[in-house]
Amino acid sequence: MNQKLVAVVDYGMGNLRSVAKAAEHVAPTNTRIIVTHNPEEIESADAIIFPGQGAAKACMNALFETGMIHPIQKSAQEKPFLGICMGLQVLMSHSTENEGVACLDIIKGDVKQFELNAHPSLKVPHMGWNQIQQTQEHPLWHNIPQNSRFYFVHSYYVQPKEQSIIAGTTTHGITFPTVLSHKNLFAIQAHPEKSADHGLQLFQNFLQWNG
Amino acid sequence: MSLAKRIIPCLDVDNGRVVKGVQFVNIRDAGNPVEVAKRYDEQGADEITFLDITATAHDRNTTVQMVEEVASQVFIPLTVGGGIRTVEDIRTMLNAGADKVAINSAAIFNPAFVQEACDTFGSQCIVVAIDAKKVSTEGEPNRWEIFTHGGRKETGIDAIEWAQKMESLGAGEILLTSMDRDGTKSGFDLKLTRAISDAINIPVIASGGVGELDHLCQGITEGHAEAVLAASIFHFGQHTVQEAKEAMQAKGIEVRL
Repeated sequence: MNQKLVAVVDYGMGNLRSVAKAAEHVAPTNTRIIVTHNPEEIESADAIIFPGQGAAKACMNALFETGMIHPIQKSAQEKPFLGICMGLQVLMSHSTENEGVACLDIIKGDVKQFELNAHPSLKVPHMGWNQIQQTQEHPLWHNIPQNSRFYFVHSYYVQPKEQSIIAGTTTHGITFPTVLSHKNLFAIQAHPEKSADHGLQLFQNFLQWNG
Repeated sequence: MSLAKRIIPCLDVDNGRVVKGVQFVNIRDAGNPVEVAKRYDEQGADEITFLDITATAHDRNTTVQMVEEVASQVFIPLTVGGGIRTVEDIRTMLNAGADKVAINSAAIFNPAFVQEACDTFGSQCIVVAIDAKKVSTEGEPNRWEIFTHGGRKETGIDAIEWAQKMESLGAGEILLTSMDRDGTKSGFDLKLTRAISDAINIPVIASGGVGELDHLCQGITEGHAEAVLAASIFHFGQHTVQEAKEAMQAKGIEVRL
């Protein structure tokens, strides 16, 4: 059986180790997980995990400096691609973070900050375990019950132009999209690498998915 | 449907072992950190916090190894505190598998460090730990100040103003410990917890004084905390995290079960 190569994109941001460790924990024996910032390895990988933490601007700068913008845009069109947290947000066209940042424009739409003035008791960042309502069927939801809790940490959320790509929503004062899915691409605002059994199941589903 | 309130077991670690003292003396051994962390994960803990209580160079390496070992087996958020003084200290802990670090005295000696840490790694992984003690006497309006060195050294800094300042510097969360209550099993200082939670917009983790399950519930309902931290009621088998969550749910608090 051929070996499947899964690349975790390393652009110097965020805790890649926990993403790689969680994926390794559930990876089938023919699957090899690598953490890389080499554009050629990204292009040759069979599937991509695109994690991220921190600020949008720093993230885009790091992607630019490591020469990874083009390989990411290309991969997102053609092979199983899992975006996580900031790795969801920078797929969008534009973020209002850091006084406005142009993002990868792989998914049309914006990234906006929580404005919860109407809910003074709610805290930002949205930090902790919240439910994801699955709004479409998807192979990555296999064995993950409806309204399962995942671990979130973020102050911004995505607003895609096309409502049909929303695969999951979450409520924190407002109800907002937390999972987007389009063809070979699946991107989630929560951190599956920190979401115990449901998160591990999501990685397992992704590693078995052919996009 | 909304965000669950979190239960965070806290492991005080000394040279690679979990310990628990009463007001920082009478330290009792409570086990191997990896085993303890796995047990709490299985019981449904929402996060785990490690506080490195002795920080010689040798012990630091032991802590880094321990974090690495825990992070490869436990897939929930891990926070590490104790002796975090430089950007390099933070990087070492994050690379070992920690998701957040708790900064305590270094924030007091150099508040700009909090901002530097948040700018470098993002607010999501910077927790500022505040050790507060009541300084007002009976009849006076409540006032709490920040103390360092395990509650022995006063700083004269007002606790509420300090929490607001830490929020403005970018901290993602406040870990608030009442030094009056820590280790006493008499419950959180609810007035302190509420005063700070209501004064800032970032989440507050209540800590110090949990002796029974009802104290955890009070931290949320009366203290307005987003998360509650406890050590000894879990370490010595008095209660499981699962029991704590069931008690909270029975009080109408949203939890992850």
